[in-house]
Amino acid sequence: MAMKFSTLLRHLREGFKNVLRNGWMSFASVGSIIVSLFILGVFMLLALNVDKLATQIESQVEIRVYVQLGTEQARIDEINRTIGRIPEVKKVTFVSKEEGLERLRENLDDNAKTALQGYENENNPLPDGFDVEVFDPQNVAYVAKQIQAINDANADRPIMGVNYGQGTVEKLFRITNAVRNIGLVIVAGLAIMAMFLISTTIKMTILARRREIGIMKLVGATNNFIRWPFFVEGVLIGLGGAAITSAILMFGYSQLIDTAQYDMGLMLIKLAGVQEVGWFITGTLLILGTLLGIWGSVVSVRKYLKV
Amino acid sequence: MHDIWKTYPDGTSALQGVNVVIDRNEFVYIVGPSGAGKSTFMKLIYREEVPTKGQLSVNGFNIGKLKPRKIPYVRRNIGVVFQDFRLLPKLTAYENVAFAMEVIEASKRSIRRRTMEVLDLVGLKHKANSLPAQLSGGEQQRVAIARAIVNNPAVIVADEPTGNLDPETSWGIMKLLEEINFRGTTIVMATHNKEIVNSLRKRVIAIERGSIVRDEIRGEYGYEV
Repeated sequence: MAMKFSTLLRHLREGFKNVLRNGWMSFASVGSIIVSLFILGVFMLLALNVDKLATQIESQVEIRVYVQLGTEQARIDEINRTIGRIPEVKKVTFVSKEEGLERLRENLDDNAKTALQGYENENNPLPDGFDVEVFDPQNVAYVAKQIQAINDANADRPIMGVNYGQGTVEKLFRITNAVRNIGLVIVAGLAIMAMFLISTTIKMTILARRREIGIMKLVGATNNFIRWPFFVEGVLIGLGGAAITSAILMFGYSQLIDTAQYDMGLMLIKLAGVQEVGWFITGTLLILGTLLGIWGSVVSVRKYLKV
Repeated sequence: MHDIWKTYPDGTSALQGVNVVIDRNEFVYIVGPSGAGKSTFMKLIYREEVPTKGQLSVNGFNIGKLKPRKIPYVRRNIGVVFQDFRLLPKLTAYENVAFAMEVIEASKRSIRRRTMEVLDLVGLKHKANSLPAQLSGGEQQRVAIARAIVNNPAVIVADEPTGNLDPETSWGIMKLLEEINFRGTTIVMATHNKEIVNSLRKRVIAIERGSIVRDEIRGEYGYEV
């Protein structure tokens, strides 16, 4: 049977009033949602930052390609274009042997630098080459193979070597992927824990509701009529808890970022910005909080509707 | 009620072949020792229990064969009053009475008018905004009666409505029930109260060990307290 619009309004009004009427119970429910979502939120922030850090480290991975000594500039440009046509490649930068020597020098200390003297210009023993950046760093090994294949396809074998930190890079990816997965498992575990915490709170409220639901049924209320206000109440409690949690988290996080930037300027790790993670965290918590609230009220009512 | 049997799942036999017809506009006392089956008799009427065997019809509804989905609609035509009042503790007197009308999706204006009308009838208009906990036992029972009659039911089922009240308050409640009966509502009331049954003479049905042992018009309580 279709519900009258005025009855829907009545349910919304009653649901809202119930939150106030059940003062302490509502407070306990909102409290347990805040506690669980807060812990969850902290770990989400942590996971997001770890992911950002992992991405930063990964993005520094690139492929270095060395061309055979004495290759003409025209041929080098041609190879440059060929590598650039590989779909996974983002950018190819030519690095002349002079620049190569400069880089080498920068990475050495003063004593070692003197050893490089006399190798400038015509005496430069280094090959010309390219820095190849890829879109997804996880693909470097594959792209490196592609470049090697270009070399094998040409009779003059113009490429002397392809280097992307073989071995080390694979190890790095294994670590960053593991860290991401662990973060995901912890967040999922905390979400389940939040459900348990909230279900305990629900069990407390169920006892109080059992009698009320029985009375409502005696007066001739249908199950739907009884269910609706509880549903509205659940949404309000979940949404309220999540909103408070998000506000606390975002305020705390922005304070943390300020402290990290001004007081600990030396910190090497750059934290994800509030705008960067704010919507994601707030959105996730609001949705999750609402679902938890609905789930709680539905469970607590369903049990006694069969009376 | 025709040849009603009721056996509970634990094997207790509460009613054994009860036959009775209660007409429109009657006022009936159900008396008998504790555990004789009075409460079961009452519960069958408002479909809290289902008869194990037999035919039971209330207001033209066949209670035994009623689909669970239909139960609420039958109950809207039966007002219930209990010894322990059964008011919603967080709602005011007004809200408790209005709830029964919200259930049938009455308009807001008619809820307001009718609720104040019945609260006036039971003499509690001035306590409309009090919570049950702020009312005396007699006042709470009056609110429960107001809730029971607000939708103009054909029948009122009252299970020991004076059980928790002192004699003076009980009389007030009985006057109220008589008034409601006078206005055309059938009243079925289970009671242990000898004074009330003997002074306010009505039809008396006595139940013992699951069977009707006596059915008298203008009867007496018939038990020593």
